[in-house]
Amino acid sequence: MSTEVEAPPSGRPAITTPAPPARRKKSPYPYWFYLPAAVIFFVFFVVPTFSSFFFSLTRWDLSTWEFIGLDNYVAFFQESALITGLRNTLIYAVVTCGLKVVLGMLLALLLTSQIMARGLLRSVVFFPVLVSTIGVGLTFTVLMDPSNGLINKSLALVGINGPAWLVDPKFALLSVALVDVWKGVGLATVIFIAGIVSIPREYFEASATDGASAVQRFWKIILPLSRPAITTVIILALIGGLRSFDLIWAMTRGGPGFTSDVIASVIYKQYQAGFYGLSTAGNVVLFLLVTAIVFPLFRFLTSREVDQ
Amino acid sequence: MSTKRHLWLGLLAIVLFGVVFFVPFAFILFTAAKTQTEAGELQFSLPTTWALLQNLKDALAARDYMLIIAFINSIVLTVVSVAVLVVLSAMVAYVAQRRQSRWSGLVNFLVLCGLIIPPAVVPTVWVLQSLGLFKTLTGLIFVEIAFGLAFCVLLFRAFIASIPRDLDEAAIIDGASPTRLFFKIIFPLLRSVMVTVIIVQSVAIFNDFANPLYFLPGDENATVQLTVFNFQSQFNTQYNLLFADILLITIPPLLLFLFLNKRIVEGMTAGAVKG
Repeated sequence: MSTEVEAPPSGRPAITTPAPPARRKKSPYPYWFYLPAAVIFFVFFVVPTFSSFFFSLTRWDLSTWEFIGLDNYVAFFQESALITGLRNTLIYAVVTCGLKVVLGMLLALLLTSQIMARGLLRSVVFFPVLVSTIGVGLTFTVLMDPSNGLINKSLALVGINGPAWLVDPKFALLSVALVDVWKGVGLATVIFIAGIVSIPREYFEASATDGASAVQRFWKIILPLSRPAITTVIILALIGGLRSFDLIWAMTRGGPGFTSDVIASVIYKQYQAGFYGLSTAGNVVLFLLVTAIVFPLFRFLTSREVDQ
Repeated sequence: MSTKRHLWLGLLAIVLFGVVFFVPFAFILFTAAKTQTEAGELQFSLPTTWALLQNLKDALAARDYMLIIAFINSIVLTVVSVAVLVVLSAMVAYVAQRRQSRWSGLVNFLVLCGLIIPPAVVPTVWVLQSLGLFKTLTGLIFVEIAFGLAFCVLLFRAFIASIPRDLDEAAIIDGASPTRLFFKIIFPLLRSVMVTVIIVQSVAIFNDFANPLYFLPGDENATVQLTVFNFQSQFNTQYNLLFADILLITIPPLLLFLFLNKRIVEGMTAGAVKG
């Protein structure tokens, strides 16, 4: 900069002098590139998220609102059906996440070993991830029919008296969770496979020379070294599980009774019934639940990565 | 001995995978090909008479060709949303990756929020209604873009980090404007990650059920995922047409899967391993 001030007194003012300030002002990476995305994100995501905190404290019909304080939350936590929704959301998220991690890891181990038709089997496991959730839900609703469904007929062949699945209040939520795992385990599997494949071969060779067993190899090498993949699967599965709506709506609509309702389906039901404030309160509860679980877990899982 | 064990394990795996993952799809196909009475028995069996074409036709024609209109709606929704998403999120990712400042910190934070926070449903309806976009395809397109941005920015940013800055500098010295630099030089280089983004988002938006349900209600606006409920009723579900519909809406992802499976898997595992 200082050199520019002391412009050479010669007859030829340097051609380069105007250039540096101009380049300094105009970065080649202009901030207005953020603008279009920022506007859309702000209007359709940030504004609704923030206003949900306000509207959850009101009784409103989209045009006029009346401030009622915490009444919606009181109503939410007094209604036993809504409490069930809260509990079910947690059960559903934990069950689906746990099964996806365990089964996904087992499948990934199988599909990285020397078995035949490995590529084909990988594709087969992954395909349900791409299929319509609603289609899968309705198909399994038919397959899980208590008396005529394929699943119970097959179980009957080997002498097992299958449960009534979606019709039985005790099994309904669990049945939907199982279908969720069937549909989603492929994603967990391919992420685990990518994690296992990225482990340097030397570790396996060294462990082979040291005479490590397959079990030791799993606990001492594969598991610790595919931790980023495991973190990703846990976080993705938990977020998905807590927010799950499509599959439950397609299969049980929260029934029988309210036994398989989750927060997301409660939000929809209250919205349909015209209780917009209550529905929004449900949304805020879901928001708090997801952030309270996912953010600390994310911190915990990634901090342990750094420690190693 | 170990090869023999692997052979048995492989065979067992194939049979088990076949039963668990293939039978449900075979069931969809078989039921879609049955007559209404036979389909109503819910059996897993080959149809005695194949009525697949007739059922597909009936499913498409039901309720004044609602499914055809729904396909058009879904395709417009998917194509427009994904096209806008690709351009806008590439722009954001590019500047956020290249120009480190306090803004990039904010961008990172917002991306994280976009990935984690469940969208607030009724307030979104309220915003759409205030803008006159509620129950319009345009409104739903904006919503899909807003909800998809975070994931797309994440994928693009990781990829842009691998493009050498020397390239930018060379272009700047040659006198390229920022816009030219991005659209003529950087954007074309993003092709491989773009394919991934396009596939992942297309599948997600085409299969989306909850957002059209909330933000685009009404039969004339239906998207494909909502049409399946046409054939389901408390007393007289037309199972053959229901499954013909499910079959039809499974075909687009199936085609993607057959031709681009590798790319999809790449996209979905991208970033997962590097953390």
